Amino acid sequence: MSNVFIAFQANEEARPIIEAILADNPGAQVDHSPALVKIDVPKRLTIKRQTIENLTGQPFDLQQIHVNLVTLSGHIDEDDDQFTLSWKH
Amino acid sequence: MDTRVIKRKLGLKERYAAMTRGLGWETTYQPMDKVYPYDKYEGIKIHDWDRWQDPFRLTMDAYWKYQGEKERKLYAVIDAFAQNNGFLGISDARYVNALKLFIQGVSPLEYYAHRGFAHAGRSFRGEGARVACQMQSIDELRHYQTETHAISTYNKYFNGMHHANHWFDRVWYLSVPKSFFEDACTAGPFEFLTSVSFSFEYVLTNLLFVPFMSGAAHNGDMSTVTFGFSAQSDESRHMTLGIECIKFMLEQDEANVPIVQRWIDKWFWRGYRLLTLVAMMQDYMLPKRGLSWKEAWEMYAESNGGALFKDLARYGIREPKGWADACDGKHHISHQAWNTFYNYNAAAPFHTWVPTDEELAWLSEKYPESFDKYYRPVFEFYREQQQAGNRFYNKNLPMLCTTCQIPMLFTEPGDPTQIAYRESRYEGDTYHFCSDHCKEIFDNEPEKFVQSWLPVHQIYQGHCFKPGVDPTAPGFDPLAAVLDYYELEFGRDNLDFEGSEDQKNFQRWRTGAA
Repeated sequence: MSNVFIAFQANEEARPIIEAILADNPGAQVDHSPALVKIDVPKRLTIKRQTIENLTGQPFDLQQIHVNLVTLSGHIDEDDDQFTLSWKH
Repeated sequence: MDTRVIKRKLGLKERYAAMTRGLGWETTYQPMDKVYPYDKYEGIKIHDWDRWQDPFRLTMDAYWKYQGEKERKLYAVIDAFAQNNGFLGISDARYVNALKLFIQGVSPLEYYAHRGFAHAGRSFRGEGARVACQMQSIDELRHYQTETHAISTYNKYFNGMHHANHWFDRVWYLSVPKSFFEDACTAGPFEFLTSVSFSFEYVLTNLLFVPFMSGAAHNGDMSTVTFGFSAQSDESRHMTLGIECIKFMLEQDEANVPIVQRWIDKWFWRGYRLLTLVAMMQDYMLPKRGLSWKEAWEMYAESNGGALFKDLARYGIREPKGWADACDGKHHISHQAWNTFYNYNAAAPFHTWVPTDEELAWLSEKYPESFDKYYRPVFEFYREQQQAGNRFYNKNLPMLCTTCQIPMLFTEPGDPTQIAYRESRYEGDTYHFCSDHCKEIFDNEPEKFVQSWLPVHQIYQGHCFKPGVDPTAPGFDPLAAVLDYYELEFGRDNLDFEGSEDQKNFQRWRTGAA
């Protein structure tokens, strides 16, 4: 089974996004390197807007992830409430 | 009391559909095939454009908003870097040669991508594909501009960057990236997406960006690191366009599968050959090193690419034909390429050098199967010669592969002591190749590749001299005339790093020594 992954710049704006991913995706492995945070999850990874808003106390538009996103792997499904990466195999 | 039904705002998917798909129409004044003349001739059959799934649902207003934010953040850092003489914080002036290679050989490709996506963005009759290509076209122009700005501060202090656009159209090794992109841009729109969006921006992208950007991070180049991060978020959109396009073609008609497979074979190999320059940069041009090329290949090609092709297997797509040979090459190509540039440094507008003892030790450790056996003796010999005052510059011109246009420096898979030679005959002429895969690419499209503008052939045909040059005059020096045509500043842009103006200046600025 293959991992999907997503990587963000390591900065203050991305921190709650990363925390939300780790909270919502059991099996997530996080790798910190200089300036970059990469999260691998087997088969499927979901980012939930609500989780991020609960962490920051501010409204969050999921498309804001574009500003700090570095790279990702997997097929995307996106709406106002969630952003999911998955493999079909 | 009845519950009031509140009128809902459109969700993301519906908003996106209204502002993109909703703007397309079936033309009536002219037939659709005349309005979109290029999206059928490649033989790709599309039955239902509505099945195109827009990977990122960015509407133009969101695009401008988030791109604008990235620009403000980026230019703030570039300005601060320039204002604070940030260039003095790099590890060593040799590092700047990686940036020279970048601005000469990578940045022009961003501009070509801008043009190519603009054309593709006009060519598809599906609106989802057109919108994605149009945004990418603007992204690529942005990348060309931001790379130029990020590197411009170095251009004020170091040689080898000031004339990059002129060199791109003429200098021998730059025909490698140039011909790659011209091949893509002169293909049809579906091949263009398979080549650039899928093979380059999805399968191989991390092998271009991670070496340069982590190289920048390890060597104190804040300007380039910041550019890299700023561009990377655009790259994830580009990657998803690539995977969506492949899936779409494969799902629309079974007859598309063999066409797409042939393109994947071709473009994986062409991209792999192009990355030779990056491999060399990563292993030889970074005073402070991170990953080796071999390690990056194992991480980003072998495991990551492996997962991708497992996913595509259900469509009948297999790994690219050249996969095994590319994996074999991971032990060798960086060393073979640096050897070539070290030899030809009189004709290249950046510096080369023999690695230090620590660097040779790093190479031995990272390449246990190949470095000490095949390459260390070569570099140690060069160092001996240099110390004896015999720094060697090759004045002969190498045979180039007609497809990838790289000098024939590559060896047989499994035997790095033998240069690989292949040839084909076409309409009375013989053509030469570095590998089975470059030969096969030619054999599938000979009418295209017989038109290759090969720098060495062109020099021998007398096409690389300035107007008014007389090759029959006594004492004529053809190499000097070519370098003049290149407008390369001899003794400043080229030759060994040792004794260069870059070296002397940087030493003086850093230490305050005269």
